[in-house]
Amino acid sequence: MQDRFISGYHDFVLPFMIGMIFILSYLAIGIIRVIIQLPAKDRKKFFLSLINPRLWIINLRDIICDVLLHTKIWKRKPLLGYMHSSIAFGWFMLIVLGHIETWMFVPDRLSTFYYPVFFRFFVMETDHTIGGSFFFFLMDFFLLIVLSGVFLAMFKRIRSMVFGMRRTTRNQLPDRLAMYCLWAIFPVRLLAESFTAGIAGGSFLTRPMYWLFSNFLSDTYHILPTWWAYSTLLGTFFVLLPFTRYMHIPTEAFLIVLRNAGIKVSHPRNGYTTAQIYSCSNCGMCIDACPMMSQKKNLRYATVYFNRLLRRRNWAKCEISADKCLMCGKCVAVCPVNVDSCNIKQSLRAMRAVPAASDYSYFNTYSAPEPSPEKVLYYAGCMTQLTPVIYKSVGAVLDKAGIEYTFMDRDGGICCGRPLILAGRNEQAQEMIRKNTELIRQSGATTLLLSCPICYKVFRENYDLKGIRIVHYTEYFDELMRLGRINIKNSGEKIVYHDPCELGRGCKVYKEPRRVLGAAGELVEAEKHHDESICCGGSLGSLTLSYEDRKDITLHSLDNLMYASPERIVTACPLCLKTFSPYSPKKVSDFAEVVAQNMN
Amino acid sequence: MEPKNQQKNIVVIGGGPAGIEASRTLDSLGYTVFLIEKEDRLGGHLARWDRLFPYGTPAGDVLGQMTASMGRVKWFTGTEVTQLNRLERGYNIILSNGMSVLADALLLTTGFSLFDASRKEEYGYGIYDRVITNADLEDWFSGIPVPAIDSPRRIGFVHCVGSRDEKVGNRYCSKVCCATAVKQACEIKEKFPDAVVYCFYMDLRMFGRGYEDMYLEAQKKYGIIFVRGRVSEVSEDKDGHLFVKAEDTLAGKPLRVTLDLLVLMAGMTRNTAVAPIVRALELSTMEDGFLKPKDSMTQAQSSYAAGIFYAGACTGPKTIPDTVAEAKAAAMSINEYLRDND
Amino acid sequence: MIDFGYGISPSSAINLERFDRARFDRLCAEEPDVLKCMACGSCAASCPTAGHGNMNLRKVILLLGRGCDSDALAMTRSCMLCGKCLLVCPRGINTRHLILSINKIYK
Repeated sequence: MQDRFISGYHDFVLPFMIGMIFILSYLAIGIIRVIIQLPAKDRKKFFLSLINPRLWIINLRDIICDVLLHTKIWKRKPLLGYMHSSIAFGWFMLIVLGHIETWMFVPDRLSTFYYPVFFRFFVMETDHTIGGSFFFFLMDFFLLIVLSGVFLAMFKRIRSMVFGMRRTTRNQLPDRLAMYCLWAIFPVRLLAESFTAGIAGGSFLTRPMYWLFSNFLSDTYHILPTWWAYSTLLGTFFVLLPFTRYMHIPTEAFLIVLRNAGIKVSHPRNGYTTAQIYSCSNCGMCIDACPMMSQKKNLRYATVYFNRLLRRRNWAKCEISADKCLMCGKCVAVCPVNVDSCNIKQSLRAMRAVPAASDYSYFNTYSAPEPSPEKVLYYAGCMTQLTPVIYKSVGAVLDKAGIEYTFMDRDGGICCGRPLILAGRNEQAQEMIRKNTELIRQSGATTLLLSCPICYKVFRENYDLKGIRIVHYTEYFDELMRLGRINIKNSGEKIVYHDPCELGRGCKVYKEPRRVLGAAGELVEAEKHHDESICCGGSLGSLTLSYEDRKDITLHSLDNLMYASPERIVTACPLCLKTFSPYSPKKVSDFAEVVAQNMN
Repeated sequence: MEPKNQQKNIVVIGGGPAGIEASRTLDSLGYTVFLIEKEDRLGGHLARWDRLFPYGTPAGDVLGQMTASMGRVKWFTGTEVTQLNRLERGYNIILSNGMSVLADALLLTTGFSLFDASRKEEYGYGIYDRVITNADLEDWFSGIPVPAIDSPRRIGFVHCVGSRDEKVGNRYCSKVCCATAVKQACEIKEKFPDAVVYCFYMDLRMFGRGYEDMYLEAQKKYGIIFVRGRVSEVSEDKDGHLFVKAEDTLAGKPLRVTLDLLVLMAGMTRNTAVAPIVRALELSTMEDGFLKPKDSMTQAQSSYAAGIFYAGACTGPKTIPDTVAEAKAAAMSINEYLRDND
Repeated sequence: MIDFGYGISPSSAINLERFDRARFDRLCAEEPDVLKCMACGSCAASCPTAGHGNMNLRKVILLLGRGCDSDALAMTRSCMLCGKCLLVCPRGINTRHLILSINKIYK
């Protein structure tokens, strides 16, 4: 194996080199900008993470799993996972192997960008070695893998249903151009390498192709144009990259490093969010996942389009999308790159919120609840006031278990603050948080029991109640059951449990309610459950969805719950209960109600 | 009366006031009438009611008068329609008792269902012991014991439960609840003269002859307290007393009151038992699920399908006099139809 | 009585002739739901501020529609946006967004 040209250079590499230099400079500038835009404390976190060896290992693992192997897509949709990892990992291996080959056979050429990429043009095979044919085999093998992925990608454009996707993203012109480049790169590479296989050698793929072509191609004039085409396609792809969805390829790795450093969304567009939205691959998983998509007119509010609008800084349209969103978090749960779109929308709402005068001086009229002997404080929340069955059942269960508790807001109380946060009014929410904290502290409680997941999430995330256990009644009753303080008999009734967004995806409480309900009846699952449960449509997250539009979402969610034909639907959120009840074909009950009914 | 009418079969589905009245009228026109009722007795909701507004007429008397002369009407209680087929002319109807009738015309007098008050969770029907519905109260008036009614001293009536409420899919006014509430308020005040009785209303719709007088009497004679404001939520204390929240919209202030008994004026909703018939005959319904007549002005008794007619509350909430009038009108529409199609 | 255009003290009466509807019309255009209110008072009754603060959405809508803007806006300051009124409204009015829009249009 040796150099075919003394210079080790040919003009055809120019398009590739222009593209490569362009994209590398673009990325460098982009990364520097993101780091500059980070708030000072996040920047510090980022730099600290770079000197932390443990984080290096985690970063490396995440990058391999997410960027190269796409394990998250594999888990959901294997065929789609194969498509992604074949292209990503295959291409990565081609690059790595190209460098190893160069390093092994012509090490002094390693300093050029282009040589390892166009290796088979620049070398000629002088003798057959085991090592040489081994690498050639690997190169052909990975090229085949990539090609299979590319063909699947082409097929997916025509028949997305095969991949388990009902809807895919509408592509724009730069996206389409880059996509055609990407489709063409590897078949052209195959041709180019096949044409030179007579000189540079090849393996099971390129050699037979060479023999085949050499039978009817009598001269060698086609070789150089093919390499030109290959280089031009690569160059074009790199130049197009920043303006397309494919920007996620380089950005995602950077995002992983930032995320592992512990950085959170703090601005709707700049800094960390830039890395987030450029990591969006426009795969469109979020389209099918979004509960609003039960109505076709809502298609434009899908997270993928929101990210796209945000990239273009189309604030007016972004705001409409963000205000419409239910904040159910399902798009985040299914997103292969974990784009934290709920928090991005949340910070957009906060940035765009109209400053409004507020006067909460009347908070002084509330007094702290009397402590109970067991120091259990029950805060029902505003919504639960409208579903008396919940607080009555909670009371019945606690009485049965012999737990004396204080009902903090029996006669109404101060809102937990989450609805204001959802509306982007963080400062005003702080007043509620401050006053509630004060009242809870004064009561001397050690356990704060909640029945509303909306309250639960905000108490866990935004309140500073160190020393006080914050617990949702699903967890608390599960504990009471396991401690034997309540006994539950099995009615044999077929029940399905609906995961409320804020309890499931929001606080990751999945197994406790199921364990209790499994003891109370025959628990079946909905078609989509746990992380993929479908929002009831009543969420306070959406600011602008009309009552009529919510109804469609509710019906869709109920369809999903009726999948295993249960006799009863059980939820653990007052808002879900109120939203489902009017339209449900089967009785909708609250978790506490079922427990209270099935106690011995 | 034309003797050949006797060869024409008419099936009337639903044995409430509309069905009974229409059957009698059709019978007097000489037709062979089959009246089908799924319950074990004729009368529909009327049979459950004690007295009727505005004059307190006993419902039993009204029903007794209606059913006193059923003529040759063949009526079947405890019977349901199991199958319906459209024929070239008329319909083939198979009943749960095994009978099969070839009907030249079909009259639906399927009425309404009482709104399930437990669907308004915030009122606590089925959760709190002392929350009852208008129908439960009528039961009590008829002498059926209702444990919730235990010498109440403070009583509230909530109007528009399940009516004028988009949240339960019923945007319409149920028409009869205001008058019923005022009637029941007066009646219960008669039973418990020392009790304070409140009516929580959104708008009082006293449209019929004699209703306004009844309202006036409720204020003057019985001292019923009318509060303009919809009850928004009800909670319960340890002794089972009810704590009611409303806004007194005329005073512009939130209102709180503790009660011993709360009566929910459940409105009228579409009768879901008609759904299979609606599907089989591909009948049109309105947004709220009530059957849609061909023309609400001039052909209120006709459906879009030939030979199918409507009377009574199956096309929307109605009072008894409205229903009886519609039943007669439907009989005449059927008569005209059969004559023209002969 | 002759209206001189001024008085000794500002009149507490609603004067529909002097009511400039432009802003209220803008509100109606952005939130057509305002026109759906039937003044049942459910929102005010269930409002957690009832008896503490002075928020009353029914009145806010009414007062804005009568040109008494400052009275209405004073009320919205107590609002916690909790959404209870959204749940109890029999007309399905999007009360939370209505309040946000009022803050935007009448700022």
